Parts: sequence; C-alpha cells; structure tokens
Amino acid sequence: MELLFSLVTGVLSGSGIYLLLRGRTFSVIVGLTLLSYAVNLFLFSMGGLHTDAAAVIGASESPADPLPQALVLTAIVIGFAMTAFMVILAIRARAEFGNDHVDGKQGDEGVN
Amino acid sequence: MSLLWIPLLTLTGTLVPFLTASLGRKPSTLATMVAPLIALFLILTHLPALFDGTVITSSLEWFPQIGLDLAFRLDGLTLLFALLILGIGSLILFYAGYYLSAKENDRRFFAFMMLFMTAMIGIVMADNLLLMWLFWELTSLSSFLLIGFWGHRSDARRGARMSLAVTGAGGLALLAGILMIGDIAGSFAMETVLSSGELLRQSEYYPLILTLVLLGAFTKSAQFPFHFWLPHAMAAPTPVSAYLHSSTMVKAGIFLLARLNPALGDTSLWAISLAVFGLATLTYGAWFAFLQRDLKGILAFSTISHLGLVVLLLGLSTPLAIVAALFHILNHALFKATLFMSAGIIDHETGTRDIRRLGGLLALMPFTATLTLLSGAAMAGIPPFNGFLSKEMLLTEVVSTEIFGGLSLLAPLLVLIGATLSVAYTLRLVHGVFFATRTAREPVQAHDPPKGMYLPGLSLAVLCLLIGLFPMTLAAPLINSASLAVQGASTPSFYFALWHGLNLPLLMSLLAIGGGVLLLMHHPRLNTLAALLPAKDAKESFERAIIRLTKAAYWLTLRLENGSLQRYQALLLLSAIVMTGLGLSQMELLSGGKRLQSVDSLVLLVAFVMIFGAIGSALAHRWRLVSLLMLSTVGLAVSLTFVRFSAPDLALTQLSVEVASMILLILALFFLPQRPPRWVSRRRIARDLLLASAFGLLIAGLNFAVLTRDTLSIADYFLDQSVPGGGGSNVVNVILVDFRGFDTFGEITVLALAGLGTYKLLNRLRLFKPSGNLEGIRWSSHRYPLIFEVIAQFILPLALLVSAYIFLRGHNEPGGGFIAGLITAVALLLQYMARGYEWTNERLPVSYPIVAVIGLLTALATGLGSWVFGYPFLTSAFDYFDIPLIGKTELATALLFDIGVYLTVVGATLMILVNLGSVTTAHRPKLKESLQNAPQEGNK
Repeated sequence: MELLFSLVTGVLSGSGIYLLLRGRTFSVIVGLTLLSYAVNLFLFSMGGLHTDAAAVIGASESPADPLPQALVLTAIVIGFAMTAFMVILAIRARAEFGNDHVDGKQGDEGVN
Repeated sequence: MSLLWIPLLTLTGTLVPFLTASLGRKPSTLATMVAPLIALFLILTHLPALFDGTVITSSLEWFPQIGLDLAFRLDGLTLLFALLILGIGSLILFYAGYYLSAKENDRRFFAFMMLFMTAMIGIVMADNLLLMWLFWELTSLSSFLLIGFWGHRSDARRGARMSLAVTGAGGLALLAGILMIGDIAGSFAMETVLSSGELLRQSEYYPLILTLVLLGAFTKSAQFPFHFWLPHAMAAPTPVSAYLHSSTMVKAGIFLLARLNPALGDTSLWAISLAVFGLATLTYGAWFAFLQRDLKGILAFSTISHLGLVVLLLGLSTPLAIVAALFHILNHALFKATLFMSAGIIDHETGTRDIRRLGGLLALMPFTATLTLLSGAAMAGIPPFNGFLSKEMLLTEVVSTEIFGGLSLLAPLLVLIGATLSVAYTLRLVHGVFFATRTAREPVQAHDPPKGMYLPGLSLAVLCLLIGLFPMTLAAPLINSASLAVQGASTPSFYFALWHGLNLPLLMSLLAIGGGVLLLMHHPRLNTLAALLPAKDAKESFERAIIRLTKAAYWLTLRLENGSLQRYQALLLLSAIVMTGLGLSQMELLSGGKRLQSVDSLVLLVAFVMIFGAIGSALAHRWRLVSLLMLSTVGLAVSLTFVRFSAPDLALTQLSVEVASMILLILALFFLPQRPPRWVSRRRIARDLLLASAFGLLIAGLNFAVLTRDTLSIADYFLDQSVPGGGGSNVVNVILVDFRGFDTFGEITVLALAGLGTYKLLNRLRLFKPSGNLEGIRWSSHRYPLIFEVIAQFILPLALLVSAYIFLRGHNEPGGGFIAGLITAVALLLQYMARGYEWTNERLPVSYPIVAVIGLLTALATGLGSWVFGYPFLTSAFDYFDIPLIGKTELATALLFDIGVYLTVVGATLMILVNLGSVTTAHRPKLKESLQNAPQEGNK
C-alpha cells in the first residue's frame, strides 16, 4: 500500500512538473493543479495511512491523525483560490498581450 | 544624571535648525549651538572625577538577545574626544553660519552636522562594542550626506560616494571583527572586552580579528593605502572638512585603536602593523601635501600624514609614545581645524583655493593671516607651539625604538623626512597665500571676513600657542586622564616642556626646519621630478573599479535572468532536486522497515486511474479539453483516496472544490486559445521529461521513506481535548474552528483576497471570443437548455438543505463551514449556468464581495468577542441548551466562527466564478464602475 501510494504521489508530481514547465498558461495551470493534488496527498500521508479510522470521537478505536487532515483541508480551499487567481491572471494576460505564453510574448520555445 | 542625555541632546539638536530657521541665519546658528554646549557643560561637570581616572557609566537594556545595550561611558579618552567633538564642533557651527551663502539650505546643513556630531559622540561614549559600531556606521552615513551637500556638483557626489564606499566597507570588516571579539570575550560590554585582552591575544583568531579591526580603523582614518578617499572628500563645504576631516571623523579610526589598545594591543603583530602603516602614511601624505596646489588638497594630505604619525606612535606602544599620540590628537585637531577654516575664508573672500593664483594677502587680510600663521607654525612643529611639543616627543620615541629590529634606523630617518616635508608644505602654503607676489592678473578685492568668521579660528590658533607655552597647565591633566583610560596603570609620569636640553630630537627638529626651507626653494624642480613619475589618479582607478564591478554584476545577472520564466522554473526545480537528492542520499535505507499494508484490488484500480489520468493530462496537454477531463478524473480519484484512508472531511472538500474548479477551468478554456502552436524542440522536451521524472522519483522516494517510518505525532492532544476543550467530536473541524482558529482566519482572509484580486483583474478585459470550435462549427446560439434549467431549479432547495445539514453537523460529524460553503456556491452556480447571469441576478441581487467581507468580519468579531470576556483572541466557549422540540443542543461560539468561514467561502467562490462568467455578457465589470462602486456592487 505504502509503495503504491508513494508511486501515485510521485507520478502526480512528475506529471505536474512536466506541465508546469510548458510554455502555455493553461498547461501551467493544469500542472499546478496536479502538483497540488500530489502535495495534498503527500501532506495527508504524513499522518499515516489508516483504514476505517475517521478522526471523529467515538467512531473508531484508534482515530487517524486529525492535524494533517485539517491542514490539507484548508490547503485544498486555498489551492482553489490560487488556481482561480492564476486562471484569471492567464485570461487577463492573454487579453493584454494577445497570446497565452507565460512570458507574455510569442517566442521560439525550443531555444534558450 | 544619566549619560544618555548627552547623545540625546545632540540628537535633539538636529531638529533645532528646522524649528528656528524662520528666525534667520544668525539666531538659528546660535540656537543650534545650544545643544552641544549644554552637552559639553554636562561633561565638564564630571571633570574632577575624570582627572582621577574614574570611569562613569550608565546603561539601558536595548536588545539583550544580541548583547546590544544602550550603554554609555565617560572616561579620560572619551573626555579628550568629546572636547574636540563638542567644543570645536560648536565653533565650526558658528563659523558655518557665516560661511554658507544666504540662499543655501542651512537647515539641512546644520541638521546633518548635528547628526554627525551625535554619531561621533556615540562612538566615543559607547560602552558597548555593537553600539559603538552602530554609531560608527552613522558617521559614515552622515558624512556621506555632508560631503555630498552640494549635490549638484559631480565632484561632490563622487567624493561622497567614494568615502561611503571605502568607510562603509571598512565598517563591515569592523563589524565582523567586533562579532568575533564578542564571541571570544563572551560579551560586547566594553568593560568585559577591555579586560579580556589575554583571552583575545591568545585566541587562534587573533590575527584575523586584528586584520578586520585594522581594516575598519585604517579606512576611517585614511591610512595608506586606503587614504585616497580623503582628498576627494574635500569637495565638501569647508566647515565640513574642518570638522570631519581634521578633528573628528578621521580620528574615529585612531580612537578605535586607542580604545581597543588594552584588548588587542601589546603584541608584536599589533606594533608592527601600526608602525609600518603609520610610517608609510606619514611620509606618503607629507610628500603629496608638498605637491598639491589646492589649499584644501594640501591640508587633506597633511591630515593623512598627521594621522599616520598618530598611528605610528600608537604602534610604538611605549607608555610615552601613547601619551604623545594622545597629545598629538589634541594638537592636530586644534591647528588643522583652524587651517581649514582659514582655507575656507580665503576661498570665500578670493573665490579660489589654487595656491598659484593667490598671493600677497598679508596686507589685505591681517587677521586671517595671523590665525593661519599661528596654526601653520603649530603644524610645522615650530617652537613655541603645541605641534612642536608632540613632534619632539615623537622624535624622542622614534629615535630609541627597536621595533623594526635591524632596520630600526629607518624609522627616525623617514620621520625626519616627513617632518621636513611638513615644514616645507606649511611654508609653501603660508608663503604662497600671504607673502608671494601675485602672478594672476585679476584684481584683488579680498579683505578680512566678518569677525564671526575668523574669531572661531583665531581662538583655536591662540589655544595652539597657549598650549605650547603652558602645556603642563592646559593639556597635561587631560592627556593624563586619557592615557589612564588607554593604558591604565602603565601611564608614565610625563613632563611636557619646550626645552629638554640639547639633544638629538632638537637637532632633528632644527634639521627639519632648515630642510623645509631648502625644499621650498627647490619646489619647482621637485615638482617637475614628481611629474616624471606615472600619475595615478585615485578617483579614476576607483571609478574604473566600480564600473568593472557593476559590469560584472550585470553580466552575471544576464546569465541567470534572461527573462524566460520557464528557465527560472527549470533552475529552481533543479536546485530543489539537488537539495532533496542530497538529503535522501544521506539515508542508509529508503525503507524504514515498518510493516507494509496489503493492497486490495479497489485501491489498485483507483491508483491506476490516477496514474493514467496524470500521465494522460500531461501527454495530452495540447488537446486542452482532453487534458482537463483527465485532470478531473485524477481529482475525483484523490477524493476517493481520502475516503479510503479515513478522511471524510477531506473527501467532501475535495469533491466540491473539484466541481468548482472544473467549471472554472472550462470557463478559462473559452477565453484562452483552443490549441497552442507546436513550437517545442526535442531537446526542450527531453530536458523537461528528465526534470519531471527526477522530481517525481524523489517525491515518491521521500513519501515512501516517511510512510515506512514511525512518526512522532501530537494527535493525542487534539483527540483528548476535542470534546472537553472544543465541544465537538469531529476533531478535524474542531481543529479548524477552535484549536487552530487563527490559522483558519488567515486562510479565509487569503481566500477573500484572492477573490477580490480576480475581481480587479477582470476589469476592462479585452475579450477574445471565439465564434466556434476548432473544426469551425459555430457555437449554438441556444444558450440555456430546458432540461438543465428545470433540473437546476429543482436541485437548488435540495442542495441548500444538504448544505445546511452539512454545516450544522460539522462540529460533530464530517462537514463544516468550508464544505457547506462550497456546496452552496456550487448550487447557486448551477443556477447561473442554467439560466444565465441576468436571469439569476434579477432573482438573487447579492453582492458577493460583500458576502465574503461579512464572512471575514463575522469570524473576526467572534475572535474579538473572546477579548471582551478577557480571554485570548478566538477562545471558544460552548454550552448545552435544552431547546423545545429539538432537544438538548450544543451551542458554541465556534459555530459563529464557522458561519464566518461559510460566508467567506460562498462569497469568494461565487465572486470569482460568477464574475468570470459574466464577462461575456453585457454586465461585465467596467473600469468606471469599478472605480465608483466596485466594493459594493460586485455583480454589475
């Protein structure tokens, strides 16, 4: 289980990074979302992987660690706010510059 | 009386010029002099105690964590310098009142002078090394302001910059030295430092400390090879030169050496370094002073030479040499300040400082000539002036020194050359200005300045003579107490006198005077000789060095920053990979050995979906809709993962956020190009693949390493305290609204701010509205399908009910403000999507920014409410009540806080999505609207 879980976070963050390195704003946003999934899963797993152990008093014998869950919960919401901000920024940049390249100018992306 | 008052007085003095400027120049000048004079008086009240060698201290705690106290002391050394700083300072302020022309900004000038005076007083009074360093830096800064006072002149700006660069660099070196001293001595308190001399000298770092401290002292006191800034600082107004560059700032380095003598002195390294640099500076400065044509240039190089003399004396380190050094500090300050003032008068009256264009002023300016002659004689070391006394002492010491071993004879020889040159340049100055026949053609209209301008100089010049005549009465007690502070018990009993009998030093003095006259007669020939040597302008080399440095920095910046965000991203990632890799490589075994849990087929399936979705969305990134769909499967699978691993709250949040963000991203697709151009090189793709896989591998490794180890957790506290402390059994929610409520408050603030930020960004947006899809099929004009309309309307009450249910049970069961807020937002959003912006807005005229702000305020008010009851911010209170029909119910203030969270989430989410959606309609935000009523009317 642990191996599979870390494999998933690894693949998610790798794919996210690949997208993050693209030159177009939309790919970057998708990449960032993927990366935030990976980060959330990663942080969540810091409390260990428990089955049937919701952190509700009385619901289980040995509840899971509630602290990472609380942290990740706010992280998800803030992640949404940040994604939203990025999206609008991208739209605005496209409107201002006429293209959707991250540098704001159409360039040869193979050269630098 | 606390000593703190003295620097405080001079600091207050910086305000006086501004308050009194309206009264006119003269009253303002006099008023400015009040503060330093009171300070001087306060110091003089301690005179008897100081003469006995008592040290008066007073201290206030400032930054105890770093050992920095507002500690001040008053001892003999401080007294000597304070007299110069405050006494000569007041006279120069008086002089400056006449010197500055009527239209010059005298307020600024006097304020800078007072600031500088405060800094100097701070240095000499500081009883804490760090504090002293702070004032040390303040002198660099305020002298920068003073040298550059005539900011419209490029030489002033350059001179100021150069002096700041040199003394500032020295200051940094000094700071490093001071920190090391403090580390070894265990404290920055002066008393501790001065008494840990043994410890410091035996430390293996002693040579390094000494180098750093000497760098600070030598740059400040213009010792060769750091002397070059001083001649360029002559671009300053002459009162500044008279004050800073004769009696105070350049003496700060010497003060430092004298002050730290008990801590760092008394080693051969100390003696040799000081003596070598002092001797070099003494001869070098004297030679160049002899060659200068500018009056102030002569004085500047002469100052360099005399500073070298004092450093040499400190290096000789015999008790009498130190006494002579202190005596010369006093003497030099007196005659050099006078000479600078005289140069200022001559410049002021004739309009030039070029010695070749001056001459014959004796008859025209008798008073100026008198004061120049008196102080010049002191500078040349001619009896019966004070300069003669200290020079005799130097000669006596230097003749008997054995500091250079077999080469010891060099010292008296070089000093003799320096003394001869000193006589020569003084004679040249006096002769050239007052006696030589004028060669320049312009008619001479010069006359003596108003009394106020020459009286300060004249009084100092007379003091030079008086000290020369009655040294034991006027100077000996002062020098004795200063010497007690510097060398304590080894202070010798000394006797200043003009006549010591026929001896070698007297012979050398006579030789110097004779040689000086001889040199002057051959000045033109020597000048030609000097012209043969390659000229090296310090200013140009300095500027060249600065330009080279700037170019190098520019080059490096361009290397690192070419404007491509992708490149920065790649570099950042690379460093992250290297750091993580280094960390992981230090582990012996990746697996921590915890027993692994078995995998079931369902988990395997979900994991497969996630991997497929992630890789798929990366590969399909050019087909944006496909990429997005892949992404959404990953998001859903993530929420399933949360369900599987006992995090129902997270699963609910993830699910509802997923819905909202998919709507957002699909909206974004509408505004962005549908398919990006294909312009990517293979090399770039290979690089990115490499970076991405390396990063993914490291994250996987890291995650696995953590998951297979037992971790320390503070979960037990929350689990134990949740019900008794927070009144809820859903621990996650209790943490959010109670234990870590302050964090949550910060987070919803970010949320609201992000919403408001997007709102601003959407103003006056230029739209790229595609008319159809990529295949050229036009968008359907039928915007709102009927079935969708019906379902949306039908779902709304249900969804709101679910939302209310989720919210209310949140404290005890999975749920809470965040999730309920998202559900409400999505339900409302459905209406906008089904019916369009206008239809919905008519029925729901709500301003979402206001909702978000109300939410924030509610949360804030809940937090502040606990203050009213005397508890810390956001302390939660709860109790159980019997409510008819409902039964026993718990009401907690945390619920109020959660309402705040709920409202903020609803407001922020809808603010973003509804506004983005409305951009395509006639109701898109416009700049005019936003300026007038953006905060109130969010949706118009």
